[in-house]
Amino acid sequence: MNAGKKPCLSGRGVTKEFGFGRNKTVAVDGVDFDFYEGEIISIVGESGSGKTTLAKMLLGLINATEGDIFFQGKKRNIGSHRKKKEYWKSIQAIFQDPFSSYNTFNKIDSVLLDCIRMRGGGRLPREKKIELMTEACSFVNLKFEELTNKYPFELSGGQQQRLMIARIFLLKPQILLADEPTSMIDACSRTTILDTLMQLRDEIGMTPIFITHDIGLAYYVSDTVYIMERGKFVESGTADQVILNPKKPYTQRLINDVPKIYEEWDLSTV
Amino acid sequence: MKHTIRQVFRSGKFVVGFSIFMGILLIVTFYPLIIRDAPLKIIGQGTFFAPGIYVNVYDSMGSPHYTILLDDAAAKRIADKLDDDDRQAIKEWLVAAGISEDAIEIENTESLLDLWVNNFDPTTRIPGMTNADRNYYIRLNTALDGLLSTEGAIVASVNPETGALEEKGVIRQTDYVNVNQVPNVRVLPLGTDNFGRDVLTELVQATAVSLRIGIVAGLIATFIGLVLGLVSGYIGGLVDDVIMFITNLFIVIPSFVLLILISFSIGQEQRGAFTIAVVIGFTSWVWTARAVRSQVISLRNRDHVNLSKLSGHSIAHIIAFDILPYIASYVVMALILQISSGILAEAGLSILGLGPRTTDVPTLGLMMNWAMIYQAHILGKWWAYFPVIIVIALIAFSMNLMNTGLDQVFNPALRD
Ligand SMILES: Nc1ncnc2c1ncn2[C@@H]1O[C@H](COP(=O)(O)OP(=O)(O)OP(=O)(O)O)[C@@H](O)[C@H]1O
Ligand SMILES: [Mg+2]
Repeated sequence: MNAGKKPCLSGRGVTKEFGFGRNKTVAVDGVDFDFYEGEIISIVGESGSGKTTLAKMLLGLINATEGDIFFQGKKRNIGSHRKKKEYWKSIQAIFQDPFSSYNTFNKIDSVLLDCIRMRGGGRLPREKKIELMTEACSFVNLKFEELTNKYPFELSGGQQQRLMIARIFLLKPQILLADEPTSMIDACSRTTILDTLMQLRDEIGMTPIFITHDIGLAYYVSDTVYIMERGKFVESGTADQVILNPKKPYTQRLINDVPKIYEEWDLSTV
Repeated sequence: MKHTIRQVFRSGKFVVGFSIFMGILLIVTFYPLIIRDAPLKIIGQGTFFAPGIYVNVYDSMGSPHYTILLDDAAAKRIADKLDDDDRQAIKEWLVAAGISEDAIEIENTESLLDLWVNNFDPTTRIPGMTNADRNYYIRLNTALDGLLSTEGAIVASVNPETGALEEKGVIRQTDYVNVNQVPNVRVLPLGTDNFGRDVLTELVQATAVSLRIGIVAGLIATFIGLVLGLVSGYIGGLVDDVIMFITNLFIVIPSFVLLILISFSIGQEQRGAFTIAVVIGFTSWVWTARAVRSQVISLRNRDHVNLSKLSGHSIAHIIAFDILPYIASYVVMALILQISSGILAEAGLSILGLGPRTTDVPTLGLMMNWAMIYQAHILGKWWAYFPVIIVIALIAFSMNLMNTGLDQVFNPALRD
C-alpha cells in the first residue's frame, strides 16, 4: 500500500528501559515502524503506554536502550552536537505539557527569535524579524504586539500551545512530533488548532506525527494509526482499518472510551 | 525577579537574619572610622584589664576639683577595700590573737576596724600561719590604714635643684573631678586582652577579617561546587563518574582533617588570612557539588531544556540560561551556608593553632586561640573570649536565619 512512498522515519526493535533490577520499567518495548513522508500519522495509547518516551527517542533527546532508528532511509547519526543541531532543523516537536515547556526566565520574543536564528535568520534586520514573528503569531491567532515583552507563563495553557505552533511555523521542519497538542484547549478551539496544523502541513509540506490518547482525534486527522499498549504497537494500519474494524480488544476499548465519536467531530472538514 | 526579592523581604526569618547581619556589617564598617587605633596596638601594660572607664590619674589631679559631700562616701570606700573574705580573715586573726569571739561583730565595720587597728601587730607570731598569710595581713593592714581618718593625701613633686619634695596640693576625701574635664579618659568597654590590646577594637577588626575569610572561602567553595555539579550533572556519563569519584574521595576524608593537614603543611609563616580562606574554600565545596549535581539531574530532562536543545542552543548556553537560573536561589542559599561555615572553620583551625599567622591581623579564631593559651577562661577574664563567642554565634545565627528564610520563599512546600 505504501509503494512509491519514501519512509522519513523508521524504527527496528526500538526499546527504552528505565531503571535497573526491580525498578526496571520497559517504557517502549521493541517497536518496529515506518513513517512515510507526506502521511499523517497518529500514535494512540492510554496513559503510560510509552508514547512520550518513543517521541523523545525519535527526537534524539534520549537514547534508545536497544534498536535502530532510521532517518530518511539511512541509519540516524546524531553523535555530535553539530549533527544534532542539523537533525533538529528537520524534526521538531510540540511537547505535552505547555506549562513546563518554556524557560520561565525568557521572554516570548526570545522563544521566537531562537527559531528565526535556527533557520539562519540571526543576522536579519530587527524589522524583518518582527515581521516574521508577527506573521507566525497571527497564523495561530495570537497578537504579537500583545505578547512582546511578556513571559510565557503569563499566557493561558491554550495560548502557550498556540505559541508552540507558531514556533513550528517559523522553523518549518520536515517532521513534527505533536505530543497531545490540544490537551489544554477546549473542544471548539481544538478543531481550529488541528486545522491550523493541517494548513501548516500543506504549506510547508511536513509530516505530522500526532501522539494522543484520544482515538477520536486520531480518526479525525490521520491517515495511518498506530495503537500502543504497554510499550508495544499492537495494531496499525489506515485510520479506517484500525478504527472501523478493530482487531484487538485493547483498540476496541479505546474506541468505546469515546462513545460519541461520530457526533463530536465534524468529519466533513477532513 | 523584583517579585521574588519583595517576597524574600516579607519572610520574617530572613528579615531578622538580614538585619543582624547588616548591623554587624555597619559596625564593622563604621567603627574603624571613629576609633582610629591600630587594632593590634598594645596599649595596656599588663594582662586582662577589666572592662571599664579608665581615667588618667595624673590629669585628674590637674583638673578642677569640686567638693561634694556625700554621706555614704566613707562607707563605700571602706566596703571597696574590705570585702566579706577580708572581714572573715580579720576575725580569724583576732580570734587567734586571743580576742573573744563574742566581741567581734563582723558586720559592724567601725567596731571591727577599731579592734583591728588597736590589736594588729605584724610582729605577733600566730602558730600555724604561713608566710603567705602573714604577707596578706600586712597588705590588708596597709590598705586599711588611714581609711577612717579624714585627712587627705598630699601630692608632692621633686624639686630638680634641691632634690627635696615640694608640696603641690592636698587631695581631700571629698574632692571630685568631672570626667569630662579630664583630658585623658579611655573607655575600654571590653577591657584589654592578654597582650594589653583593646578587646573591642580588636574584635571589630577580627570580625571584619573573619567575614572576609568566610566570603572568600564561601565564594571559592560555591564556585567549585557549582561548576563541578553543573558539569557532572548535565553532561553525565564518564565525566560524571570521574567527578563523583573525586567528590566521594573528599567526602570520605572529612574536610576538616584535610584542612588541618594542608594548613599544617603550609607552615606558620606562609599562612596569611587569605591563604587560610583559599584553603578552606578548596576543602569545602563537596556538598555544594553533590547538591547542585542532583538538582541539575532533575532539571536536565525537563521540557524547557528539551525545547532549548531543539532550538539549537549549545551545551554552555543551556547550562547558563536553562539550568543555572533554576538553581540560582539554591546556590545563593548554599553560598550563605558556606560563608558561615567558612567562618566557623577558620575559628576551629585557629583554636588548634593552625590559623593565620598572628602578626598582622586578628581573626575571631585567633582571639579565641589567644584567650585559650593565656587561660582567660580559667582566670575568669570573660571579656577576652565571651564577646568573641557571641559574635561568632550571631554571624552563624543570622546567616542560618537568612538561609531558612530564603528556603521558605523558594521552596513553597516549606511555607507556613
Ligand atoms: N525518566 C523516566 N524515568 C523512569 N521511568 C519513566 C521515565 N519516563 C517515563 N517513564 C515510565 O515510562 C512509562 C511510559 O511513560 P510515557 O511518558 O512515555 O507515557 P505516555 O504514553 O506518554 O503517557 P501519557 O499519555 O500519560 O503522557 C511510564 O510507566 C513511566 O512511568
Ligand atoms: Mg506522554
